[in-house]
Amino acid sequence: MELAGKTAVVTGASRGIGRATAIALAQAGAAVIVNFSQNETAAEEVRKNIEAFGGRAVAVKADVADYSQCEALVQSSIDHFNRIDILVNNAGITRDNLLTRMKMEEWQEVIDTNLNGVYNCCRAVLRPLLKQKSGGRIINVASVAGICGNSGQANYAAAKGGVIAFTRTLAKEIGSRNITVNAVAPGFIETEMTDVLGEQVKAEVLSRIALGRLGQPEDVAAVILFLASSAEYVTGQVIAVDGSLSL
Amino acid sequence: MSIEAKVKGIIADQLEVAVGNLSLNTTFEDIDADSLDIVELVMALEEEFDLEISDREIENINTVGDIITYIKSKV
Repeated sequence: MELAGKTAVVTGASRGIGRATAIALAQAGAAVIVNFSQNETAAEEVRKNIEAFGGRAVAVKADVADYSQCEALVQSSIDHFNRIDILVNNAGITRDNLLTRMKMEEWQEVIDTNLNGVYNCCRAVLRPLLKQKSGGRIINVASVAGICGNSGQANYAAAKGGVIAFTRTLAKEIGSRNITVNAVAPGFIETEMTDVLGEQVKAEVLSRIALGRLGQPEDVAAVILFLASSAEYVTGQVIAVDGSLSL
Repeated sequence: MSIEAKVKGIIADQLEVAVGNLSLNTTFEDIDADSLDIVELVMALEEEFDLEISDREIENINTVGDIITYIKSKV
């Protein structure tokens, strides 16, 4: 198995893309820290799912918006599995509203989790990664909204656009230590996050997707797995996983 | 082990140079240390001597001797 002996921290792994990613990495042989912020039951189900096929996983609570909790999250990988090789920054929230109606809290909460959370986790993981001197992989989950923009998501798009610029910058800073930093930019993926959108919105989006279907969490997890494993000479890249939505 | 020997050992280990090539006047430039090398060195020193070195303090450190003087002033 290509990730045997490696360990991964996946933030926001109790549901959606994070859940599918945790399972995909575990199936490839990685021991996985299944991070959650609120839904412990769902995170424990992901852990059981992984253990059912003989994988190794631990569910760990942490709010990525809080730096000290991110440090503890990274440390949990070292405590349980003796090392850390892969960080997937997936945790994210939405507080959609047209800008004219958007409250400061809606702006701030999204920036705190979706952008500051990436800073917090990357900052916390760098020291142990550099100390191990065995390279590493960081994969950030951005969004096509961060590339193209999306009405009603000024906060989310700004955070995700920030994540993309951050990804490219960190790739340059730590490439010399064989640590790669890449991003995926999912389009419309069927998760709880997109469940709240109406059928009319879904139909309109679907009409713009050449592949003729909405995405599944597993579609994104497969690309994250690639970036975490065989993509040895790829860094600073943003891979849209959107069936053509951003074209 | 003296602080001087410990510090030289950490520098040699982190920056992959021979201890014998390190004198008090050796600069980071002499041993081809880039900015990330210095960050890693500072991390190792912080752990070894259980202290926190601020960015401002790092700016004033240019030679092996500077590091030894600084560490001696802190421990």
